[in-house]
Amino acid sequence: MTDRRFSPLERRLLDAYQRDFPLSPRPFAEIAEREGVSEDAVLTALQRLQQLGAVSRVGAVVRPHAAGWSTLAALAVPDERLEAVADTVSACPQVNHNYLREHAFNLWFVVTGRDRAEVQDALARIAAETGLEPLDLPLEEPFHIDLGFRLEWT
Amino acid sequence: MDLSDTDRALLDALKDGLPLTARPYAELGRRLGLSEDEVTARLWALQIDGAVKRFGVVVRHRELGYRANAMTVWDVPDGRVRDAGSKLAALDFVTLCYRRPRRPPDWPYNLFAMIHGRDRSRVEQLVEQASWLAGLRDCPRDVLFSRHCYKQRGARYDGARAVSGEASG
Repeated sequence: MTDRRFSPLERRLLDAYQRDFPLSPRPFAEIAEREGVSEDAVLTALQRLQQLGAVSRVGAVVRPHAAGWSTLAALAVPDERLEAVADTVSACPQVNHNYLREHAFNLWFVVTGRDRAEVQDALARIAAETGLEPLDLPLEEPFHIDLGFRLEWT
Repeated sequence: MDLSDTDRALLDALKDGLPLTARPYAELGRRLGLSEDEVTARLWALQIDGAVKRFGVVVRHRELGYRANAMTVWDVPDGRVRDAGSKLAALDFVTLCYRRPRRPPDWPYNLFAMIHGRDRSRVEQLVEQASWLAGLRDCPRDVLFSRHCYKQRGARYDGARAVSGEASG
C-alpha cells in the first residue's frame, strides 16, 4: 500500500536519510546529486512528505537526558473522564507525547523539563488538576541507539 | 555533560525541522545570530558527542502504514535485564528499549520496548519473537497497544528549557 503513495525519490528520502543528513551548505543539492535529480525535486518531495504527515521533520533526535530531564508517566483514568484528563495532560507545556493505551494505566505521556524539579512540578500539577496519581518511570538505562527505522516496502 | 545555551537554542530552532530552503543552515544561523559554518560545526559536534543520536528525516510510523505500535513490558530479574535489553535493542522492529523502575504493587515491569508493525497481529508475532530472542519467555509481560495519539511533537529546547529526546512511541 505504501509503495503506491510514494515516488521512488520519496522512498529513498524516507529510507536513506534518517541519519547522517548532509551538513554541507546546500544539503538538498548534495542529496539531489547523489540521487540524480534536481535540488528542487528533493525540496518538493520533502515538502510533500511533510504535508502527507509521513515525515514529521528533518531534525535532530536528542539523546535522553543529554541535558535536562524527562520521564515516562502514566495515569489510570476512568473511561468517562478520559477526554478531559487527556486534554489537561496535553495542555501541559512540558508534555510532548501523550498516548491512549490498552491497560488499566491507559494514558501514557512523556514529560520533559530543564531539570528534575521542573518535571516533578509538572507531574504534581497534573496530579492536582486531575486528582489522579501518576506513575513516574524515569529512564534508568537506555539499550537502544536510535539509528532510524528500516521500512519494509510491500 | 551539559549543553551550551547556544546548542540548546540551535536544537530549539530545529524542533520544527530544518527549513526546506536551499541554504537551511544559513537560515537557521540568521535566526540565531550564528554563521552558517558555526551551525553545521555545532550539529556535527553534537552528533560526535552523542548528545544528538541522529540528524535526519524523522518519519511517522503510523502514516507510513505501521498502524500498530505496542509498548511491550517485561518483569525481568535485575541480573538479566542488561543482557535482555541489549538483545531486544538489536532487533530492527524495536525502536526504543529502556530499563525503568518498577513501582510495586501497581507496576511490576522494568524493561520496556516499543514494537511497530503494520497491524496488530503482526505486532503480536513480533512480541513473541522478541521474547524468544531475548530469552524472556519465562518473564511476566504485558503488551500495551496504542489506541490514540493525543499529542506528539519534538521536545522543547528553548534556550533555558528542556532538552530530551525521550519518546513514548
